[in-house]
Amino acid sequence: MALLELRNVSKIYHLGGEEIRALDDVTLDIGSGEFCSIIGPSGSGKSTLMHILGCLDSPSKGTIKLDGTEIQKASTRELAGIRNRKIGFVFQFFNLLPKLNVVQNVELPMIYSGIGGRERRTRALKALEQVELSNRLKNRPSQLSGGQQQRVAIARALVNDPKIIFADEPTGNLDTHTGEIILALFRRLSQEGRTVILVTHNPEIAAVTPRRIEIRNGKIADKVDAKLAGLDRLARNAERGAGSAEPNSAPVVPSA
Amino acid sequence: MSLFNAIVVGLKEIWAHKFRSLLTMLGIILGVSSLIAMSALVEGMERGSREALIAVGGVEKVRIEAQPVPVEQRNLRDFATGVTLSDVYALQRSAPEVLTVSPEMRLEPQPTLSANGKIYRTWNIAGVWPVQAQVMEHTIEHGRMFTAYDDELARSVCVIGTGVRDGLFGSPEETGQDINPVGQTMNIGGSPFTIIGMFQHYESEQDRKIREIRLAEEAQKRALGLTNRVSGPRRSRGWNGNRGGSFAFRMKNNTVYLPLNSAWIKLRSGQTNLPPEPRLSEMEIKIRDISKLDLALTEIRNIMMVRHRGIEDFALRTQEDWAEQINTFIHNARLSGGLIAGISLLVGGIGIMNIMLASISERIREIGIRKAVGAGGLDIFTQIVVESTVIAFVGGLTGLVTSYGLIHLIVSFTPTDNAPIITIGSMAFAFGASLLIGVLAGLIPALKAARMNVIQSLRYD
Repeated sequence: MALLELRNVSKIYHLGGEEIRALDDVTLDIGSGEFCSIIGPSGSGKSTLMHILGCLDSPSKGTIKLDGTEIQKASTRELAGIRNRKIGFVFQFFNLLPKLNVVQNVELPMIYSGIGGRERRTRALKALEQVELSNRLKNRPSQLSGGQQQRVAIARALVNDPKIIFADEPTGNLDTHTGEIILALFRRLSQEGRTVILVTHNPEIAAVTPRRIEIRNGKIADKVDAKLAGLDRLARNAERGAGSAEPNSAPVVPSA
Repeated sequence: MSLFNAIVVGLKEIWAHKFRSLLTMLGIILGVSSLIAMSALVEGMERGSREALIAVGGVEKVRIEAQPVPVEQRNLRDFATGVTLSDVYALQRSAPEVLTVSPEMRLEPQPTLSANGKIYRTWNIAGVWPVQAQVMEHTIEHGRMFTAYDDELARSVCVIGTGVRDGLFGSPEETGQDINPVGQTMNIGGSPFTIIGMFQHYESEQDRKIREIRLAEEAQKRALGLTNRVSGPRRSRGWNGNRGGSFAFRMKNNTVYLPLNSAWIKLRSGQTNLPPEPRLSEMEIKIRDISKLDLALTEIRNIMMVRHRGIEDFALRTQEDWAEQINTFIHNARLSGGLIAGISLLVGGIGIMNIMLASISERIREIGIRKAVGAGGLDIFTQIVVESTVIAFVGGLTGLVTSYGLIHLIVSFTPTDNAPIITIGSMAFAFGASLLIGVLAGLIPALKAARMNVIQSLRYD
């Protein structure tokens, strides 16, 4: 059974009597431990798809199953709980709270899952160790570089041990070199058995993932276009470079 | 999110915007302190009015006054006996709810007092039984009260209040010493009476304090060789020449009591050719239990009506009206003061709401982030309400402290006769009201924040 199952999902907005189908009859499975990217130009509906997959929004039509439970009917409160326990987000603009220091930012999701102060601290420290930021615990986000901020955001996404990590243009605000470090981090997380979903408009970034889901006008495009096909090679090289086995086969690592 | 976490987050938020929070709290601080100050002032006024009421015998005292016969009974005028001593005996014997009856024979027209080469006029000269001293809550300072024996023998003795002493022999303020008039002779309407006792000086708490301060100042002046003794004729500065001092206390201090029989035989007999007029001017009655006031009044009325054969040549006076008046006045003062203080507290609450609305709209992104990592609407709601409550809490606490300062400020430029009294109740009420206002002021912003859409607030710049 897939971790995420979308069946005929549509998201319809009404704008002054006009009907806008941001998602149109999308059917999609994402397996546990998969490392995949959602790619598409601006306005294609990829953000809407990510919001629905990430339980930030509910679909207008269709069913969606996360980890075996149907969530299309869940209330905003239930969705908040699911986001808290099963999903980690990494955003383009980091979205750290500027008034809190690094540890406090990482502790944030655990405050809402009711974890006690001491355990919160231990787990936050562990997550920060994973992203190699144990030396900047007391810094404010404004005192960190973009790459470091994004690593704090990743630590925050990891800290509640979620099933899925969504990354919305995680390298969009970073220079190429730092972006590569961040992508390497995601790859490592994927190899550790987590499901990682990258949302991007950049084919080069999408190329690092074994599976690419392309969105066009609210629908999933059947074929990967020529340009992307050409990039396949890049992806293979990248994975080889990272010491990964068997390109083009997904999932890369069996679920833990 | 636990409440403790919410409070910690709220405190941090306040600390992060110190100046803004201080300005916001100012509304609550002023509201709370004005509420407490108002309540303390009213409390002081109430205490002052009640002091005066107790000074004239309290609410347990009922007074029977001689009255002209009412119009519809004019034809029976010749049968009207007036209030006499037999009424006193009848009440003593037949009314179980009556504790003490004390007859009073006021001298009409008021005789002039003279002694020590001075003349003094007062309106409270009466022949009474010794028990009157207890009924009217008098305390002897020098000498003694006359006794039943003095009354029986109609001795020429009297007991005076300090006001009379001040008028005839000089007040402590003028002479620098507390003159004891006992043993002196005083002429009442031309007849010599020996002063055998003097009551203590009656005054309100506030007057006593003022007088003590003035005495201390004068002692200091005297020590420096200065005196404010004025030569030439004494200048009258109105009653007792001092400010304040409620009417009740002045009246009490200007009392002259002589034995009832002495007043009757020695002062009334000379006025006409008829035998001495036996009618009393009034009776002071102390009842046994204030909760049975109505029963006691009925008893008194019935006995009097039987004795007077249905002729209403008397009237019952209670202090109920006075007590009622005090209550009404206090109630009104409390209501109007409370309204004003309440409005200022409300304005403080609106200030909090305003600042919370501003705060959430500059934290839209933060709220979005918190929701994205799993905060439910309720978590956000709690956080905002707690923040506004914490502001109100800190403001309320500060208000409790500043209320002391406010009261001193008010007292310093508007000296009242009655010192304000801060009560625990008013403090608790004001503090509780500020907390409630804080919670209420947080509700709307909190609801707004809780309902924010996650995706939109995440995108908000």
